[in-house]
Amino acid sequence: MDKSIITNPILKNNPVTVLVLGICSALAVTVKLEPACVMAISVTAVTGFASLIASLLRNTIPNRIRIIVQLVIVALLVILVDQILKAFAYDVSKQLSVYVGLIITNCIIMGRIEAFALGNKPLPSLIDGLANGAGYGLILIAIAFIRELIGSGTLFGFQIIPESWYMANGGWYLNNGMFIMPPMALIITGCFIWLQRSFQKDEVKK
Amino acid sequence: MDTNKNSYTIIYSIVMVVVVAAVLAFVSLSLKDRQNENISNEKQQYLLASVGLGADANFNEVIKEAIVVDGNGNIINTATSDIAKSEAFNISTSEQTAKIKALATLPEAEQEAARGELRLPVFIADLPDGSQAYIFSAYGAGLWGPIWGWISLKTDLNTISGVKFDHSGETPGLGAEIATPWFAEQFQAKEIFTNGEFTSIAIVKGGAKEGSKNEVDAISGGTITSKALDASIRMWFEAYLPYLKSLHTLAATPMPLEGEIIETQEVVENK
Repeated sequence: MDKSIITNPILKNNPVTVLVLGICSALAVTVKLEPACVMAISVTAVTGFASLIASLLRNTIPNRIRIIVQLVIVALLVILVDQILKAFAYDVSKQLSVYVGLIITNCIIMGRIEAFALGNKPLPSLIDGLANGAGYGLILIAIAFIRELIGSGTLFGFQIIPESWYMANGGWYLNNGMFIMPPMALIITGCFIWLQRSFQKDEVKK
Repeated sequence: MDTNKNSYTIIYSIVMVVVVAAVLAFVSLSLKDRQNENISNEKQQYLLASVGLGADANFNEVIKEAIVVDGNGNIINTATSDIAKSEAFNISTSEQTAKIKALATLPEAEQEAARGELRLPVFIADLPDGSQAYIFSAYGAGLWGPIWGWISLKTDLNTISGVKFDHSGETPGLGAEIATPWFAEQFQAKEIFTNGEFTSIAIVKGGAKEGSKNEVDAISGGTITSKALDASIRMWFEAYLPYLKSLHTLAATPMPLEGEIIETQEVVENK
């Protein structure tokens, strides 16, 4: 099997930095690393299985209602994820609160079903879905890493910047509150897109 | 088979909806108990956290009494065992908040009857150091969703022994900071009465005054959540006030005032 089906969505054709999909949640859950990681895992699971199910059903889905069918598949999986998190990982589900429900609106999932799963066999579809979720999650975690470190001085809630550096303790350092605000997530995402496009000249549309 | 026929499309969607509904209903039913248990466990831990105890403490050994009081200070119901199943534990604080808010719009004459309709939970905790604490509730609307918490008072019913706040969807890093330990620690040893007058706890933007007995720092960047929390605590304690006052008068050893001592001495002399 072609290896590019895994590497493309993660690097060359990353859903966030190249296709600019799923931006809304990239802004919302990237203040702290932990929710960003759980969001990345949840989205990866949902894109993977939604693509798999859509691909299994691809020859039976009536063309005229195919978007509705896709939506139902995605919604079903998201509600399952939400219910399972509530039952087995209650703390995490509380942290993500509404964002779990908002996985439904993540354009990457519908985009991959429509563009790939409906025309391909189940196994490649599953891998394509997982890889796209991973590509999205990678960017999400990278943004959250920068925002939590500079905005709160912590990573996964653990203090990284030494306490003695802080102005409150007589030091010179102050957390940058800008990084906690949503606009900064957009700016960081913009920087990633800029970086990727400058290294990957062939992708730039003329 | 022709998948574009009308009849096929209709049957397909009916089957799809039925299958999906069945799967969801099954999952929801089979996970319901577990989810409710999580919610109950979390509430138990919050009550323990409000008196400064961690998850390792045994809820049933610490929380000894659950009382339901109304807005006039009357005790409606007391439970001393199986607290997690008691009426006080299962009161919906969001419903009671709506009732407390409605109070303000009522004419004076109907106030007392309406206050009698309130059902407010109070928990009494026996702490490992031998002291006791009364735990009171607070609930209100934050910036994005509800915020709530538990506030425990020492037996003088004035000094705060600890607090635990939580929220459903405040902004991480900003409003969500109300749930963090540094914010809760500020409340310790603050007093809700000043010279016998109820003053609640003020959450002050720009920092509390040094040494103040009833001010704590607000969260920078979380002004709306801070204000909402301030208002929720005040509103709930105002509802509890008649109960607090009835406990104050019941308190076993009130300090005798100077005038009273002189009076008793006179009585002795007259004999």
